[in-house]
Amino acid sequence: MPRVSVWFVRSALVCLALGFTLGAVMLAAKGTGDTALVPRLLPIHVELLLVGWMLQLAMGVAQWILPRFGVQGVARGVMPAWIAFTALNGGLLLVAVAAVRPGSDALVLAGRGAEVVAAAAFVTSVWARVRASGLSAM
Amino acid sequence: MPPLTRWYIKTGFVYLVVALLGALVLAAAPLVRLPAPVMAAGPAQIHAFVVGWLTQLIFGVAYWMFPKYSAEQPRGHNGIAVAAYVLLNAGLLARIVAEPWQAVHAGPWPGYVLVAAAVAQWLGGVGFVLNTWPRVRAK
Repeated sequence: MPRVSVWFVRSALVCLALGFTLGAVMLAAKGTGDTALVPRLLPIHVELLLVGWMLQLAMGVAQWILPRFGVQGVARGVMPAWIAFTALNGGLLLVAVAAVRPGSDALVLAGRGAEVVAAAAFVTSVWARVRASGLSAM
Repeated sequence: MPPLTRWYIKTGFVYLVVALLGALVLAAAPLVRLPAPVMAAGPAQIHAFVVGWLTQLIFGVAYWMFPKYSAEQPRGHNGIAVAAYVLLNAGLLARIVAEPWQAVHAGPWPGYVLVAAAVAQWLGGVGFVLNTWPRVRAK
């Protein structure tokens, strides 16, 4: 597994653990009737699990398994993948911080902007690697 | 494909059908008078889809496809992996039963089941992370 995939996947595992922890706190709170914290934790829980866990895992595994042999241009290097990793986690952090600080609209905007940069960098890094191998029947 | 992966994926298939069936029933709410526990099952339905189907499919495939831990234990510690599967599913099932129950008849028993469901699912997730972490490494 390439080093950038290791960082993507381990970061995804950290987000999974954090997201499950918040989910467990909220579910237990429903059990005890002490639900005051739930509205604040819910957006962070969703962000950690959908962006931090599922999206990040998909990006990391794609960097690992998509064919690299014979690729030309920017997809040969690892820089776009590292930009994607950094921007995604930076954006995730900004959105999560904004969720616990009411009135942090600028932070949310910056976080979503970083996530768009991550998506563009990720697509740049893998676009040329999605191609026919010449071996498949379809 | 190892047996635990087959269990994860086939259980995931069951949750996929159950979750979409739940979505269908909840979509009928404006047209048909549904029982109160069904009306309160929205969060459980979402988690049947996201945890029962998506997360479980990922767990099963990762357990199968990630780099080997060692020649003797290619998929890490099987006890932890099996415990993660059992806890995740026991916790999710308990949630699906207890969450609507608590919403309609709040009381100590559904509350205890919800807390137990939260702990079980958390342990299942952490067990998966602990077993998978050492398998994620550079060549």
